[in-house]
Amino acid sequence: MTLRRYRPLLAAAGLALLGWSGLQGSSAAQTAERPQIVVKNFMFQPRSLTVKVGSTVTWTNMDEEPHTVVSSSGLFRSNGLDTKDSFSFKFDKAGTYTFVCSIHPQMVGTIVVQ
Amino acid sequence: MTADQALLSRRKALKCMAFGGAGTLFALAGGVFTPIDLAVAAADRKLSAGLGKPLFVQISDTHIGFNKEANPDVNGTLTRTIDLVNEMSEQPALIIHTGDITQLSKPAEFDAAQQMLSRLRTTELHTVPGEHDVADATVTEYFSRFGKASDSKGYYSFDHAGVHFVALINVLQFKPGGLGTLGPDQLAWLAADLKGRSSSTPIVVFAHMPLWTIYEPWGWGTGDADQAMSQLRRFGSVTILNGHIHQIVQKVEGNMTFHTARSTAFPQATAGVGPSPGPLKVPADQLPGMLGITNVLVVERPRSLALMDRTIA
Repeated sequence: MTLRRYRPLLAAAGLALLGWSGLQGSSAAQTAERPQIVVKNFMFQPRSLTVKVGSTVTWTNMDEEPHTVVSSSGLFRSNGLDTKDSFSFKFDKAGTYTFVCSIHPQMVGTIVVQ
Repeated sequence: MTADQALLSRRKALKCMAFGGAGTLFALAGGVFTPIDLAVAAADRKLSAGLGKPLFVQISDTHIGFNKEANPDVNGTLTRTIDLVNEMSEQPALIIHTGDITQLSKPAEFDAAQQMLSRLRTTELHTVPGEHDVADATVTEYFSRFGKASDSKGYYSFDHAGVHFVALINVLQFKPGGLGTLGPDQLAWLAADLKGRSSSTPIVVFAHMPLWTIYEPWGWGTGDADQAMSQLRRFGSVTILNGHIHQIVQKVEGNMTFHTARSTAFPQATAGVGPSPGPLKVPADQLPGMLGITNVLVVERPRSLALMDRTIA
């Protein structure tokens, strides 16, 4: 058997391991509940993010230019974020949340909470 | 040509180039728009004298609190700007600041800006906020300082020397991915404010973001500005002033003159040049030539307004 033929098996094992550690509430699961969005080059990266109910999302501005994080529905609104400033918000309810930078409203992002 | 004549001619050419860099002067006379290069205006004293009386000076995008490479000393360039205005032989009746007074809406930034602006010999100051002035989570810092004129709505009007001034706010509501917005309440207020006014009243409208679409991908425009323009079109002289893009862009449409002012803090890229509308880094010796103010004069015969841009170089 060549190494190539092992690959699906290895991948399956890896997925099983991730699933197991997630169930255990280990550090891997904590990382999943503290998702990060980087603001760089006038873009939210990633632009769209899916998180579990109860997750706290943190945005960090890595641009020289200041940005904000403002929910389109009015649910949350950061202060102006200078370089390396962060803003966090905890999502307690399932739904789709759109946000913009109020300084550069062409910057748009979405959080899907499920 | 003698050597002296050649030198003189060269000097004159250099002088013209220097003035040319300062901008273009626009005189609106009887609905006919006449651009006059500043080099020509400066060379013809009669013409300069006939330009009119200073009505107001527009200062914009002071960005107090900005401390990045594009200009590490925004306090210094604003101070230089204020000195230039204070040195004008005839002081303007009022000063208009078209927003982005601060970089991040911080109380200390507003305090510093107000402290510096209080040095202006002309004490009547009218403002509209830029998106950088309403970037605090509670959107209160700007309005607690400058909200009185508009009852904290952001839009208001006043009259001076027979000219009707309208201040509009277009930085509070944004559609995702869209341009600035005036909103139905403000548009209804504008209709009521203009109703019954004679079409011969000169109108000056000022807001932070451009009231016409200069470059949509960077949000350089106001989505529902057309609804405001349709209300203004009947007036014989309408001057529409904005900041936001840190460079001079202008257009004329009938009796309406659209003009964006330079910043006193840092220049920005030309629309669509580069990936994003961030601060433009230029060599330090070139910076003052890219910062400045707009001076607006009243021309008595025929009654109209003239715009004159001036750098701080």
